Amino acid sequence: MNFLLQPWPWYIAGPLIGLTVPLLLLLANKQLGISSSFRHLGAICTPKSRFPYLSAYNWRRHSWNLIFVGGVLIGAFLATQFLSAEPVTMLPESAGTPWGLVKLGIGGVLVGFGTRYANGCTSGHTIMGISMLNRGSMVATVFFFVGGLITTYLLGFIF
Amino acid sequence: MKQLTILLLGIYFGVILVKSEVASWFRIQEMFLFNEAHMYLVIVSAIAVGAFSLWLIRRFEARTIQREPIVLKPKPFQYGVIFGGIIFGMGWAITGACPGPIYAQIGAGEWPAFVTFLGAMLGMYGYAWLQPLLPHGEFKFGRQGASNHAAGSAVGAGD
Repeated sequence: MNFLLQPWPWYIAGPLIGLTVPLLLLLANKQLGISSSFRHLGAICTPKSRFPYLSAYNWRRHSWNLIFVGGVLIGAFLATQFLSAEPVTMLPESAGTPWGLVKLGIGGVLVGFGTRYANGCTSGHTIMGISMLNRGSMVATVFFFVGGLITTYLLGFIF
Repeated sequence: MKQLTILLLGIYFGVILVKSEVASWFRIQEMFLFNEAHMYLVIVSAIAVGAFSLWLIRRFEARTIQREPIVLKPKPFQYGVIFGGIIFGMGWAITGACPGPIYAQIGAGEWPAFVTFLGAMLGMYGYAWLQPLLPHGEFKFGRQGASNHAAGSAVGAGD
């Protein structure tokens, strides 16, 4: 049982992530995706928004996605509390400093804007979309990495 | 019942996001720096399992456990996957989190990730505001281009 409490190797973790795709389809008839939850939450919080993207959007038809996201929160909590031998650190210590929080905020804006413009994220495009052999999702994934590499190699002195 | 299933699948997904360390800022850094193969192997093996299960589902016209037919809806291949993809990729490298891991980090008690989440909501509102001005033209390629969504309504309709 001890190996369960360590970080899982890629050959366990990767296939388990991939299995989410058929499980969601066979058990609930849903396509894996996370980033649309931002839109659902926006439509819930500001139903009378002057942006039709939110006000003219029927989030109830996609409410399953928020339940799924709620599950991710719970699952991550359980994994860190009960399935980890050592405390789990996911962010560098500097993330909690004022400049660190500014960076997370700026990065977060880019994540929210970019995933909505691309209509998907690593879950919806890279895992679900490419598994469907969807051409747009393959292109999206290439450009996710283009963006990441631009930041890492050209803007690395800032971030 | 379906809601409970979806919640459990979300918990499953959240546990793996933590145990695979894909929700770790450190893992994302080493991925973009090409220091470790872990992330690439996780992503590729996840896609392999996802794609093979979708092939099986299509090949045997599998139905859900409620006996519903499974219809896969491809996302349109539009300009957003390029421009939005780059923007998201930049945010991914800065925050060390794509949308799933944002929720996983919060669930795991990494409180700075809440700032990432607030940023993502702000970015989503930014997209809602600018959506009418942004190019969303679709690329047409034979069969795939025939997904016949009007770009405006299709954007964000998925995940």
